[in-house]
Amino acid sequence: MIEVKNVCKEFSDVKVLYDICAEFLPGKTNLTIGQSGSGKTVLLKCIAGLHSVTSGDILYDGRSFCAMNEKQRKEIRKEMGMVFQGGALFDSNTVEENVMFPLEMFTRMTFEERRERANECLKRVNIINANKKYPSEISGGMQKRVAIARAIALNPKYLYCDEPNSGLDPVTSIVIDNLIKDITVEYNITTIVNTHDMNSVMEIGDKIIFIYKGRKKWEGTSAEIFSSGVKELDDFVFASERMKKIREMSK
Amino acid sequence: MGAVCAIQMAYNLQNPIVPRYLIGLGTRETMLLEFSSTIVALILAGKVGSNIASELGTMRVTEQIDALEMMGVNSACYLILPKIAAFVFFIPVLTVFSMAIGLLGGYVASFSTAGLTPHDYVVGITSFFRPFYVTYALIKSLVFAFIIASVSSYHGYYAFGGALEVGKSSTHAVVYSSIVVLMFNLILTKLLL
Repeated sequence: MIEVKNVCKEFSDVKVLYDICAEFLPGKTNLTIGQSGSGKTVLLKCIAGLHSVTSGDILYDGRSFCAMNEKQRKEIRKEMGMVFQGGALFDSNTVEENVMFPLEMFTRMTFEERRERANECLKRVNIINANKKYPSEISGGMQKRVAIARAIALNPKYLYCDEPNSGLDPVTSIVIDNLIKDITVEYNITTIVNTHDMNSVMEIGDKIIFIYKGRKKWEGTSAEIFSSGVKELDDFVFASERMKKIREMSK
Repeated sequence: MGAVCAIQMAYNLQNPIVPRYLIGLGTRETMLLEFSSTIVALILAGKVGSNIASELGTMRVTEQIDALEMMGVNSACYLILPKIAAFVFFIPVLTVFSMAIGLLGGYVASFSTAGLTPHDYVVGITSFFRPFYVTYALIKSLVFAFIIASVSSYHGYYAFGGALEVGKSSTHAVVYSSIVVLMFNLILTKLLL
């Protein structure tokens, strides 16, 4: 379990996160939703240790991440996998080499063992016959799937996905969402997904946290989201005029 | 550069009192002392410096560096150190190559330059040779290589934003590494000669 306790984050004089508290449960797909610029990515990067928090703490199964030294952080990073917004695949490496990379960094596997594990992961995300291709030679959806394969290569306990279906068509988005959900349940991973895609929210959201202008405004399940009573969340969910009319009609 | 040097010296040293072999000698000294190290470094600052900065800058803005950090890799060490090591290791080869090509260029030019014969040129480049000049050029080139690779890496590694910022970081890398190379050229010349 990951616990976020009173986390604040400032960049120079700009305060981005205000006193965020949340718990992310294992085996569940935990979603962080909010408008662009609300602080979702900063929160996720704070949790992943890519940004240091200004105040507050982040606990991994009771272990304080902020109090850890570099060596301890490196150890815990072996248990993390992250899918970045653009995939962040290494341009100069092939698909297979990208997935093998964390294995090369963290394990003493032989080249053959690493390749076998990479192929297992690629097969798990339905990437076939693209092992020798470079990231620029495959589609955006495939890049995201390769990024997921790379993130799960080390059998992580914690998986972070920053807008995994941004820029993808609705069908591919659902494929990616279902893949994340299946992997989360299969490996009992604590997964945190940043998204502003309502399809994802309804499809895979076990627990949802709504962030508005750097503050946590609401927390609940996908079933509760339409009856939250939080104006900012309603405005986010029913953003278009047509959706607002549907909401009025349903009332 | 060697050919241009030889032609210009032949043009300027037309006084019958001045021995003709001085043209070759002057070309050699110019090539060894300045052109082979400094001019090559400035050219490489444009070519290699912009390449390093734009590569690292693109890795930064596409979160590839974050991905490395996420995997517990010391990204600066993993990405920058091999570039500096490779450049410092290889630049002496380019410098020596540039010396040889420059001197050969001067020799080729001596065939078609009034007031200079190939024989005079060869006598010039083989007279009063001081091996320390080669050492001096190699020391300078090593320092310049370190400056170009590290300054460019710094600008690329700390780029943030988008394509525009990557372009800016690339330009800054070339400008700042060229300025620092020229400053160190003066400092090293004062210290070594």
